[in-house]
Amino acid sequence: MNLCAIEDLCYPFMQNTEFMSIPKVNPPEPRPPLPSTVVKDDEPVLVAAAKDGDIAAFETLVGRYERKIFRLAQNITQNREDAEDVMQEAFLKAFEHLPEFQGNSRFYTWLVRIAVNQALMKLRKRRPNQVSLDQEIDTGEEPVFREVEDWGPSPEERYKQSELSQILSSVIGELDPSFRVVFQLRDIEELSTEETAEALGLSVPAVKSRLLRARLKLRTKLNRYFHRSEKS
Amino acid sequence: MKCIGIIKELVNYLDEALDPTLRASIEEHLKGCEDCRIVVDTTKQTIQIFCKSEPAPLPEDTRLRLREALKTRLRRIRT
Repeated sequence: MNLCAIEDLCYPFMQNTEFMSIPKVNPPEPRPPLPSTVVKDDEPVLVAAAKDGDIAAFETLVGRYERKIFRLAQNITQNREDAEDVMQEAFLKAFEHLPEFQGNSRFYTWLVRIAVNQALMKLRKRRPNQVSLDQEIDTGEEPVFREVEDWGPSPEERYKQSELSQILSSVIGELDPSFRVVFQLRDIEELSTEETAEALGLSVPAVKSRLLRARLKLRTKLNRYFHRSEKS
Repeated sequence: MKCIGIIKELVNYLDEALDPTLRASIEEHLKGCEDCRIVVDTTKQTIQIFCKSEPAPLPEDTRLRLREALKTRLRRIRT
């Protein structure tokens, strides 16, 4: 079987101070909404009320997004205590900076960017010598056709929800942070490529390159669980 | 198009960000290349599995600590 290699066109993560600040809000590019991302009708009302200091309205927004923000924080930091700190700080910062939120993007997209900044700061603080998102990533050859097997019945049919969550959490944790963060923003939080690039201070080609590597690596890792002969 | 070309364009192909000519060329290749078809299909499934997965419920102690932190600090922020 042929082994194909992909070229890595990544650019290093930028080290700028703006990256660590509260993100500016730009209009998102239009994307078809998925069931999990449909904005409830009352969200603009809740955001407006929270901006006026209505703490109960903000707590409703927290209740709506706390599970997703906690998962995001856990996926990036790979540590439960850190994830909890990140979630708390993200919501507090969001409340504090709500007056700056102009409503040009979804509130959730804005919140995600705050949470990612918090998570990356935590990651750097915890392991300054081990985690550098700015480092040149491995530019070696990536064997793409190493695990070429069709998958059997859909994973949702083969695994319980809790088992599946555990598998997904485990495989994403095996990725290098620079791939993990891009995949999290682009494919789990469904930010556009441009929004992901802006949130991380990366170029669009760098996001695409990391996204390709992340998707292929995760595909190979999931193959262990989902290939036809496994658990069927 | 060769297999390496499919992999290089995989992100744009899966995100439907390709012009129709290039897209048609990829689809033509996929018809005759089983390995590439499997890689494309299983990569697509990988994205869908993550995208569709619902986050686990927040652990109760974590939720309580979050509520407590919000309760004490939100009011401080506003005053």
